[in-house]
Amino acid sequence: MPEAAGNTREITFGLAIKEAIAEEMRRDPRIVLMGEDVAEAGTAFKVLGGLVDEFGTGRVIDTPISEPGFAGIGVGAAMTGLRPIVDIMFGDFMTLIMDQVVNQAAKTSYMSGGKWRVPLVIRTTMGATRRSAAQHSQSLHAWPSHIPGLKVVVPSTPYDAKGLLKSAIRDDNPVVFFEDKISYTKVKGPVPTGDYTIPLGVADVKREGRDISFIATSSMVQVALGAAAMLEEVGISAEVVDPRTTWPLDEDTLVESVKKTSRAIVMDEGYARYGVGAELAALVSQGAFYHLDAPVTRLCAMHVPIPFSPALEDATVPTERAAFDMARKLVGR
Amino acid sequence: MSAAKKASARPGLAPGLLVRMYRQMMAIRLFEERVNDLYTRALMPGLAHLYNGEEAIAVGVCEALNRDDYITSTHRGHGHCLAKGASPDRMFAELLGKHAGYCKGKGGSMHIADPDTGNLGANAIVGGSVAIAAGAAFTAKYLKTRQVAVCFFGEGALGQGLLYESMNLAQLWKLPVIFVCENNLYNEYTHFSETTAGDIMARPAAFGMKAAQVDGQDVRLVYSTVSPLIARARKGEGPAFLLADTYRYHGHHVGDIARDYYRPKQEEGKWLTGRDPIKLHAAYLLKAKVATKAALGAIDEELANEMDAAMQFGVDAAYPEPHEVEQDVYA
Repeated sequence: MPEAAGNTREITFGLAIKEAIAEEMRRDPRIVLMGEDVAEAGTAFKVLGGLVDEFGTGRVIDTPISEPGFAGIGVGAAMTGLRPIVDIMFGDFMTLIMDQVVNQAAKTSYMSGGKWRVPLVIRTTMGATRRSAAQHSQSLHAWPSHIPGLKVVVPSTPYDAKGLLKSAIRDDNPVVFFEDKISYTKVKGPVPTGDYTIPLGVADVKREGRDISFIATSSMVQVALGAAAMLEEVGISAEVVDPRTTWPLDEDTLVESVKKTSRAIVMDEGYARYGVGAELAALVSQGAFYHLDAPVTRLCAMHVPIPFSPALEDATVPTERAAFDMARKLVGR
Repeated sequence: MSAAKKASARPGLAPGLLVRMYRQMMAIRLFEERVNDLYTRALMPGLAHLYNGEEAIAVGVCEALNRDDYITSTHRGHGHCLAKGASPDRMFAELLGKHAGYCKGKGGSMHIADPDTGNLGANAIVGGSVAIAAGAAFTAKYLKTRQVAVCFFGEGALGQGLLYESMNLAQLWKLPVIFVCENNLYNEYTHFSETTAGDIMARPAAFGMKAAQVDGQDVRLVYSTVSPLIARARKGEGPAFLLADTYRYHGHHVGDIARDYYRPKQEEGKWLTGRDPIKLHAAYLLKAKVATKAALGAIDEELANEMDAAMQFGVDAAYPEPHEVEQDVYA
């Protein structure tokens, strides 16, 4: 945490999100937040409780269950002088707003020759293992990452979440911000009390190592750190690098890490096929090719709809054990 | 259309406005004729969707707006852009993919946007801009600017769920947005009666939204019907829905020449001769002695020269430099 000033305290990922929004809303009256049950309910995940008390229902706005409608209102409001934050309760509902995101928000600057801007943040969630089954568990951050004109943030720690969300809100482009649902309460970490931002497009080395690099996003960063601790006990030194944003992407930091360790496992909770994992693996394979001692490998969600039964669901998400085993195989000890 | 719902023209529009309406409609007509000409001479890349026949709607509505009011437009959008104040030379340049165009050649016919005239952009996704217009109205209400947003869309957008989400939100939040449905009878190559259940006017009624239906070939009627709707939206009294009945003279796009399989020639002829918005308005101007035949002829000639020069400007303008391809992806 080199960038920030002020006293730090341990807070949850969810509270870091709320603090970022509250502080930005205090700073800039053009920021409005809208979504389903964001006001009195403080979102379905109870992340934004109390915001409406401070900012009122004119700025923290409950919407009908009309994701394309209010996402589109966010686009139009962003074009005309506001800085809306649109809350899409589950990342699975990105499917509902794809026209407004992909054909409208992402292309507005380009199609208008740079004349219109869309300073919009779409906050949504990702992550399985909540027993929510196939339509409330997906990690679809690969979808917006595929589209020129969008920026995509996948934070893994409270510190990153707060600093990156502030940058997203201050950005003049549409940014899709994915929050891991499990992390809201489960992940805690030090966060300064003072104002700070983290630029979009700067990766962070979460743990330094020599033998293998875990390139991990969002929920998978904690899993990779857990695996790295296990590996240390068997004498393998693992590095954990978090890109923090899938676009813009800090390719150099990822490639440099793999050049140093000569092996890489890309960990991402989205699907491997045609996914963020595929893209990151391709980039480090190309960039660090002459330094590699093993093929770059991916650990991502299984290529199945997320099942309901705990006995099945847990098998679909990469675990510390799986990462540990794969790392040992690649390192050869 | 029931007689009760049919709005009546108010007398007493200023002569200057009446003549201006003629000029604006004729400007759109002459612009579009040249677009068609560029296409048939293979000088224009891609296609264009011509607005001929529908001019009274864009002009009737935009004459009732202020320059800083917002519009969103459609794939058939040249008329809306011109009526809101766009310059024909930069429009031709855009249609021809030139750097001098409104979007530096990156948007083309279906994406003309111009902040200076409040044009949030034409949109090639049917119904794709209804929420954007509502969003602009949201900003106007939030910042208390008294601006109004008009969302133009064709009757094909009546099939899009986003329209009803946006109408619900707009009515719920009393947003100053006017939904203007241009019913030119055809969803691309299919008559709207084959795609549209029930009575269109029952749809805004279901949201409790103020609504009116108007003969879209009568520019004065469009203007006088939409003006009070705009005024009440500006005062914070909420959105409105305007259904304008009209006709698309050309095909779905410039390349849609053989249309017999979806609409009869006699039908086209009937609208062209008996329902043409420019002829009808010209006849009114002459009868009401607002303008003479010579005066209208002079306007026609002046506009023809202006459009020729504008087209030539577009033809002569330079293409973007190759390195521009990566510019403007991000702000």
